[in-house]
Amino acid sequence: MPLLDRMGWRTDDFSRDDVDGGIIVPLAALRSTLDARRAGVIGVEISNDVAVDRLAPYFAQLALIAIAFPAFGDGRGFSLARRLRQAGFAGRLRAVGPLIPDQGPYAFACGFDEIELPEASLARQSEAQWAAALGAISHAYQPGYARQTSIFERRRAARAHKQESRSHA
Amino acid sequence: MSATKQSSRKPLLPAILIANDLRAGDVLFRGAHGWTRDPAAAAIATTAVDAEALEKIGGAAVARNEIVDAYLAEVVVDRDGRPTPKHFRERFRTLGPSVRPDLGKQADFAHYAVAAE
Amino acid sequence: MYAYDEFDERFVRERVAQFRDQVARRLSGSLTEDEFRPLRLQNGLYLQLHAYMLRIAIPYGVLSSRQLRQLALIADRFDKGYGHFTTRQNLQFNWPKLSDAPDILDLLADVGMHAIQTSGNCIRNVTADHFAGVARDEIEDPRPVAELLRQWSSLHPEFSFLPRKFKVAVTGATEDRAVLKAHDVGVRILRHPESGEIGYQILAGGGLGRTPMIGKVVRDFLPKGQLLAYLDAIMRVYNSEGRRDNKYKARIKILVHELGLDAFRNAVESEFAVGPNWSAEETAELARIAPSFSKIAYDDLPAVSRIFEAAKLANPTFAEWVENALFPHRVAGYAAVTISLKPVGGVPGDMTSDQMRAFADLAERYSSGELRVTHAQNLVLPHVKLDDLFDLWRTLGALGLATANVGLVTDIIACPGLDYCALATARSIPIAQAISRRFGDSARQREIGPLQIKISGCINACGHHHVGHIGILGLEKRGQESYQVTLGGEASDNLAIGELLGPGLSADEVADAIERIVAGYLAKRRPGETFIEAVRRLGVNAFKSAFLRGAQDAAA
Ligand code: SF4
Repeated sequence: MPLLDRMGWRTDDFSRDDVDGGIIVPLAALRSTLDARRAGVIGVEISNDVAVDRLAPYFAQLALIAIAFPAFGDGRGFSLARRLRQAGFAGRLRAVGPLIPDQGPYAFACGFDEIELPEASLARQSEAQWAAALGAISHAYQPGYARQTSIFERRRAARAHKQESRSHA
Repeated sequence: MSATKQSSRKPLLPAILIANDLRAGDVLFRGAHGWTRDPAAAAIATTAVDAEALEKIGGAAVARNEIVDAYLAEVVVDRDGRPTPKHFRERFRTLGPSVRPDLGKQADFAHYAVAAE
Repeated sequence: MYAYDEFDERFVRERVAQFRDQVARRLSGSLTEDEFRPLRLQNGLYLQLHAYMLRIAIPYGVLSSRQLRQLALIADRFDKGYGHFTTRQNLQFNWPKLSDAPDILDLLADVGMHAIQTSGNCIRNVTADHFAGVARDEIEDPRPVAELLRQWSSLHPEFSFLPRKFKVAVTGATEDRAVLKAHDVGVRILRHPESGEIGYQILAGGGLGRTPMIGKVVRDFLPKGQLLAYLDAIMRVYNSEGRRDNKYKARIKILVHELGLDAFRNAVESEFAVGPNWSAEETAELARIAPSFSKIAYDDLPAVSRIFEAAKLANPTFAEWVENALFPHRVAGYAAVTISLKPVGGVPGDMTSDQMRAFADLAERYSSGELRVTHAQNLVLPHVKLDDLFDLWRTLGALGLATANVGLVTDIIACPGLDYCALATARSIPIAQAISRRFGDSARQREIGPLQIKISGCINACGHHHVGHIGILGLEKRGQESYQVTLGGEASDNLAIGELLGPGLSADEVADAIERIVAGYLAKRRPGETFIEAVRRLGVNAFKSAFLRGAQDAAA
């Protein structure tokens, strides 16, 4: 299914059934897959209500965690991504579900790296729209999200800069 | 959103098709030859076949992004052949705010306001 | 007042451009109605009974003359010449077109306003004490915190698709005029009882609607600098655990109730313990914002104004108006003045564009160009010299804005109901009008004294009927509008949910029933006892027979 990241469409190097390459398995099969394929690139797909504690022991072995969005209006996945990042997961985070372009910036800000969309989204929503949505709002207020600095942090930096130049004057 | 969507149930007849214009938001009715803002010009479905045809037209217009929220509303037909919705909620939709008789369809289509009151 | 800096300005402009693009994508079919709905709602745009409705944010109820004039302009250019002030200190236009909405938002941005998150399942427009910065019982002005929260909540990447709407209120006074306990989260600025340090008390889980609940204290004392981190923790717990299977069980109040306060608190505290801290940003932001709210230059005036005292003696009608309209100002020689938007028989909270423009002039002339919107759907001129009150009153009279009923039986809160609202089950405004006419006589109202009637047109309770001294809820019964009457609610520190008096009434029975309840109070009250005090002393049951008697008469 179509996959995109901040740069646009990308090929999916994971699959759900292929034994070669990366594989994404359901949470129930994670244990056995890890045992069976010690060297493989393994990802897990979870529902949006899984407790972080259940996954934390596997963080080092997991290349990817895919969080299912059952509907685009169900925002639990945003908080789960955030919790996984806070708990130290450094691998790839994927959102899976019918997200809309306007949610792209939110997903990436919360720690997702990529979004896997159903085919149906493709017919109506283009790569250009996803790209445009990413650039729609230059700066967010909230500190601690995304890679770019927030408005709060920017203001503080600007003030510190001003004060510094004043004290040097 | 609307609590009175009836598409899943069998329509109560006679009925008219009510919707909102996507761009303007205005309440529209399906008339004999197209959409109308005038409730008196609404096409009245008296048979299940008519009603289904109306709903089909509504569905197609929704799909073309012309209207939203189309549904059938049961009406009573007066002596002049004009439909008045049975439910008070839909009746208000054909009139406008009861507290502002100077606004809405009751102001734009005087003939209807008189007929309804 | 807070003025946008370059970041805020750019933010709202980009937000308008984004919405313009979203509208275009909706019209082209790129976005389905289901996809577009939350986007338009988060920009304040509803599809109502007759048309779209645009709800404009008036953050914490503070508005400038310039902004009010712009609202008047929008009312004339894109609507039908009037607007409606809501119980959440916002303003609604009832007739905008979807295709005009981006242009309206641009006009708002011109004066530092927006319609962001006035609807939708997100953190809604933050409300606050409408006497902020004025009240004598204030520990600290709540507006800087409210403004901080406005910014923090705007387009929050994590909390824009919550289980349900989320309402936050802030107060910095000892008397809670913002009704914190009826909010999803309430922030009370207070002094630590021992150290004297100023910090926050955090309440959660309040709300009206189908299952009214009273907010509970989650944190007794939160030191300054930790508010954003703590709210992040509350929001994360709610966003993760809040129910999504049933719209009527999706508010945080149900989560707090089902988990139990202790378990909820533990969840929040453990989330708070592991989350990042934004103390430095928060402190710096508050320090940046706060001065913008303390810029008013007051004159040095005596506490007693001779002009004012003389005018009261000479003009009893003026004296009557003054009785309820004034709120004591912390600065000597000034008062905060509540202007009723409840003319007898009028639509509660409605204002014409002409009135807006004239009122904007008055605010400029008499109140430093600033006004407030109250959750009771009235306006406040917060900084009026006592010396100016008589002139102000005369001008208000000419505008039809000098109704002397603030806090009285005709100062009725009413949601738009089935005259406008797509969710309504019955009308509310005509009920308010009927009661207002019934009790319109000024002497009679003053004889009855303080009495809050609140009316909602459906179970969503936008008219706060649960917490009205007398609450009225419009429902549908057997194809007719039907009204339930409750008694004994209170929207104060002692937040109380009213009790049902009996079976539903038809629209034309309501005013009679209210009259019987009021007659019962007048007959039984002790000297000086207000309506709600008498209800508390006598109990709701004491009023049931009077209420039922009439209902039976009507049925017979
Ligand atoms: S209480 Fe109901 S009828 Fe009234 S405004 Fe809210 S949703 Fe509409």
